[in-house]
Amino acid sequence: MTLILEFGLRLTVWLLLAPLLPGIINKVKAWVAGRRGPPVLQLYYDLAKLWRKGVVLSTLASPGFIVGPAAAWVALFGAAMLMPLGPAGSALAFKGDVLLLVYLLALARFCTAWAAMETGSAFEGMGAAREVSFAVLAEAAVIAAVLSLSVQTGSVSLITMLSPSAGAGAVLLAAGLFTVLLAENCRVPFDDPNTHLELTMIHEVMVLDHSGPPLAAILHGASMKLLLYAVLLVQAVLPMGELSPLGAAGALAAGVLVVTVGIGTVESFLARLAFRRVPLLLTTAFLLCLFALLVAWKGSAA
Amino acid sequence: MISLLLIIVPLVGAVIAAAWPDNRTRPWLLPAFGLVHVVVSFWLFVAPPEVAPGAWIGFDALARAVLPVVSLLFLICAAYGVSYLRIRSERPNRAFVSLLLAILGLLSAGHQARHLGILWITTEAVTLATVPLLHFNGTPRAFEATWKFLLVGGTGIALSLLGSFCLGYASLHGGGEGDLTFAALTAQGAGLSRPWVLAAWLLLLVGYGTKMGIAPMHTWKPDAYGEAPSIVGAILAGGVTTVAFTAILRVRAVVGAAGEGAVADRTLLVIGSFSMLVAALFLLGTRDFKRMLAYSSVEHMGILSFGAALGGAGVAAALFHVWSNGLTKGALFLSAGNIRRAAGSPSMDDVRGMSVVTPRSAAIFVAGMFAVTALPPFGPFFSELQVVRAALAGGHTAATAIFLGCLLLAFFGMTRVVFGIVDGRPRPSTRLNGKRFAETAGVIAPPLLLLGLSLWLGLFTPAILREAWSAAVVMLYPNP
Amino acid sequence: MSPGILNILIGVAMGLNLIALASSRLPSLIRAMSLQGVVLGMMPLFMGHESLDWRVAAVAVATMVGKGVIIPSLLRRAMRAANIEREIEPFLGYVPSMMVGAGGTIAAVALARALPLLPEHAETLLVPGAIASILTGFILLIGRVKAISQVCGYLILENGIYLFGLLLIHSTPLLVESGILLDVTVGVFVIGIIVDRIQRAFDSLDTRKLTTLRE
Repeated sequence: MTLILEFGLRLTVWLLLAPLLPGIINKVKAWVAGRRGPPVLQLYYDLAKLWRKGVVLSTLASPGFIVGPAAAWVALFGAAMLMPLGPAGSALAFKGDVLLLVYLLALARFCTAWAAMETGSAFEGMGAAREVSFAVLAEAAVIAAVLSLSVQTGSVSLITMLSPSAGAGAVLLAAGLFTVLLAENCRVPFDDPNTHLELTMIHEVMVLDHSGPPLAAILHGASMKLLLYAVLLVQAVLPMGELSPLGAAGALAAGVLVVTVGIGTVESFLARLAFRRVPLLLTTAFLLCLFALLVAWKGSAA
Repeated sequence: MISLLLIIVPLVGAVIAAAWPDNRTRPWLLPAFGLVHVVVSFWLFVAPPEVAPGAWIGFDALARAVLPVVSLLFLICAAYGVSYLRIRSERPNRAFVSLLLAILGLLSAGHQARHLGILWITTEAVTLATVPLLHFNGTPRAFEATWKFLLVGGTGIALSLLGSFCLGYASLHGGGEGDLTFAALTAQGAGLSRPWVLAAWLLLLVGYGTKMGIAPMHTWKPDAYGEAPSIVGAILAGGVTTVAFTAILRVRAVVGAAGEGAVADRTLLVIGSFSMLVAALFLLGTRDFKRMLAYSSVEHMGILSFGAALGGAGVAAALFHVWSNGLTKGALFLSAGNIRRAAGSPSMDDVRGMSVVTPRSAAIFVAGMFAVTALPPFGPFFSELQVVRAALAGGHTAATAIFLGCLLLAFFGMTRVVFGIVDGRPRPSTRLNGKRFAETAGVIAPPLLLLGLSLWLGLFTPAILREAWSAAVVMLYPNP
Repeated sequence: MSPGILNILIGVAMGLNLIALASSRLPSLIRAMSLQGVVLGMMPLFMGHESLDWRVAAVAVATMVGKGVIIPSLLRRAMRAANIEREIEPFLGYVPSMMVGAGGTIAAVALARALPLLPEHAETLLVPGAIASILTGFILLIGRVKAISQVCGYLILENGIYLFGLLLIHSTPLLVESGILLDVTVGVFVIGIIVDRIQRAFDSLDTRKLTTLRE
C-alpha cells in the first residue's frame, strides 16, 4: 500500500509538478520587468495543445527523428526516479547510482542531439555542436561536484551522499552547481530561451523542426531536467538527513522555490554571454566544485 | 630617550616643511634638521645609551654601527639640496622637502627597530614616502620608473610581511608568548619551529632584499635611480639600502640562534655572488651613466651580502663597507647629477667631453668611480680587502675568486662609461647647456666633502668606529 | 575558535580568487577583491576564545570598512578618471591563469601539511587559503595589462597575507594589525595618485606603454 502511495507521490512530483518551474521563472522575469506575464500554468496549456496537434515529419528524416525525443524523455524519467526526493528517498537506490544518473542525463542529451542532426539543417547542426561542446565542461563540473559530495560522505550512493550538508565547501558547491544548472538547462547567461534569432540559439534551435507530441515530450523532459538539477542543488547544500520528514519535505520545496526564483532573477539581470566567454564561465564552475572537493578532502583528512 | 629624538626631530621637520609657505626658503629646513640629527646621532655614537632588552625601539649596537653614516650622508645631501632646489625653483618643493625629512625620521626608526613589526612598518613607510620623490622630474620616463618601483617594491614589502608572520608563528609554535622583539626571538633560539624559520628566512631575504636591490630583485633599481633626482638616488643608495641590510642582519641573528645559520650563510653567499655577477655583466653593457650608478649599487649590495655570509669577521667588514659605500656613492650621485644637468642627457651616446664643460664635477666623478671600484687609499678598498680576508680565512676560495673577478669586470664597465663621457671634445649643444648650469660652490662642495670623507675613512679608520662595528658583531653573534 | 565557520569563509575567499582570475571587466574584479576583503575582515570575530575583545572587534570593523568600502571607492574613482572598464587581452589568458591559480591552490593544500600547525589551527584552511590568495595576487600582478588590474592583484596579495596574519591574531599586538591596514590604505591612495598621473602623462593605463626605459 505504502509502495503504491510512494510511487504515486513520485509520479505526481516529477510528472505533474515539473512543468510548474518554467512558469514560475517566466512570472519572476515578468514581475522584474514590470509586466504581469503569462500565467504560471502556461506550460501545462502548451503541453496539452501540442499533444492534440499532428506531427510535421520530413520524408528524409529517419525514425530517429521521433525516437530521439521519446528516448530522451524516458532517460530523463529514469534519472528522475534515481534522484532522491528528500525524506521520500528514490525509487531505486544502489551503490554507484550517481554514475547511472550522470549517464542517463548524457543519454538524453545524445538523443536530443541525434534528433536535431536528423533534420539535416545547418541551424540544428550548429545548435547540437554548441550544446555538446558546452556539455563537456559542464559535465566536468558535475563530476567534480559529485566527487566532492562523495569524498565528504565516503559513499557513492545518492541517498547517503545527499543527506548531510556539504559542510565547509557548501557555498562553493552551491555556486558551482548553480552555474551548471544554468548551463545544462539553457538559461541566461549561456542561452537565452526567449531569443528568436536562430544564430544565437543553442537549445531552441535544436528543436526547431519538432512539432506536436514529440515537441511536448521534449518540453516536458526539459522541465523534468530543471527540477532534477534544482533538487540536486538543494539537497547537496541543505542537511536533509538531520531534519524530520515533514521538515525535510518543506525545506526541499522551499529550496526548489528559492532556486527557481533565483534563476528568474539571474535571467532578468544578466545578459547572454558571448560564446567565446562561455568556456571561461564553465571552467570557473568546474574549479569552484573542485575547490569544494579540496575543502572536503582537507576537512576529512584533518 | 635621546634616541627617540632621532626619529621625532625629522618628523617634526617634515610637518613644518609641509606647512612652510615660502618655496624659496623651504629648502633650508633640510640642512637645519639634518644638522640637529647629525649632532644627536654622533652624540649617541660617542656615548651610547643603555637599551633595555625588551625594548621595541632602541639605539642598540647595530644602530650605533650604521646610523651615523646615514645621518652624515643626509646632512651633506641636504646641503646640496638647497642649491639643487634653487636651480629647480620652478617646481614646487613642498612634498620634496617634507618627504625627505620624513624619510630621515623613518630611517632612524627603522635602524633602531628591535621589533619585527616596527621594522616592517617603518620600511614600508619609507617605500611609500619615496614614491613621490622618484617622479619629481615629472617626465613620462619618471612615471614609468615610479610604477615599476611601486609594483616591485610593494611586492617585496608584502613578502617581508609574510616572512615576519612566519617568524612570529615559528615563535608561537615553539611555545613563545608572541613577543616579537628580536631579543626574545633570539632567546627562544632552538625552540623556534624549524620549517617556519626557514620559510621566514627565505621570505624576509627576498622581501628586504628587494629594498636593498640585490639580484634577482634589483630590476627596479636602474629605472628608479636613473630617472630620480640624484639627491634622491644618493639617499636611497646610502640610507634606504642600509636599513634593509640591518633588517637582514637582525633576521640572520634569529635564524642563527634557531640553528639554521649555515643555511642562512649559504643563501647569503649565493645571492651576494649572483648580484655581483649580474651587476658586473650589466655594467659591461650599459650606456647610461646614471643607470651605471644603479648597477654599481647592486654590486655593492652584493658585496654586503657576501660579507654578511662570512660570520663575525665578515659582518664587521660589511659594516665598514656600509660606511665607505654610502659616502662614496653619495659623492658619485651628486657629481653625476651635476654632469647630467649640464649635459642634458644621461647617455654615453649624446654626452662627451664633460671634463671641459664641468671640469670639477667630472674630476670628482672620475675620482669617485676609482674609489668605488676599490682604488686605495679610499675607503672601499680597505673594506673590500677586509671582506676578502674574511672569505679566505673562512676557506671560501672559489667564492673569493668570483668576488675579485666581478670587481674587475665592474671596473672595466665603469671606466668605459665614465671616460666615455668625460673625455673627448664636447658637442656645441652640450657646451651651451653647460653654461646654464654653472658649477657653484653649493653643488661642488658636498660631493667633494663626501669624497674627502671616504678618503679619510680609508686612511684613518678611527678606533672608535672599529669598536662600534665589533660591538654590533658581538650583539648579532653572541655565541661565535 | 570555530573551524567550521572559518573554513566556510576561507572557501568563499578561495572562490573569489577564481572569480577575480576569470573577470575581464574591471568593476567585477574590484568587486571580487572588495568582497574578499569584507569576508576576511569578518574572520577575527570568529576567532575569539570566549568573549569578544572589543579591540579585536574594532579592528575587524575597520578592516571591513577599509577593504570593502574605502579602497574600492578609491579604485573606482581612478577607473572613472581613466575612463576604462575593460581589461585588454592579458599576457596570461583568462583560462590559463585560472588553471594556474587552481593548480596553485591544490598544491597549497597539499604542501601546507609540511608546515606544522598548533592544535587550534590544525583543522583550518588558513595556510592554504593564504598561499592561494598570494598566488592569485601574483598571477594578476604579472599577467594583467591594465594598471588598475595590477593594483587589484596587489590587494589580493595583501588579503592573502592578512589571512596568514590571522594565525597570530592573539599574540600579535593590534598595533601591527592596524599599522598594516593603515599602510595598505595609504599605499592604495598613493597608487591611486600615481595611476592618475600616469593616465595624464600617457593618456592610457595600458602598462604596455611603459616600456621606453631599457638598456
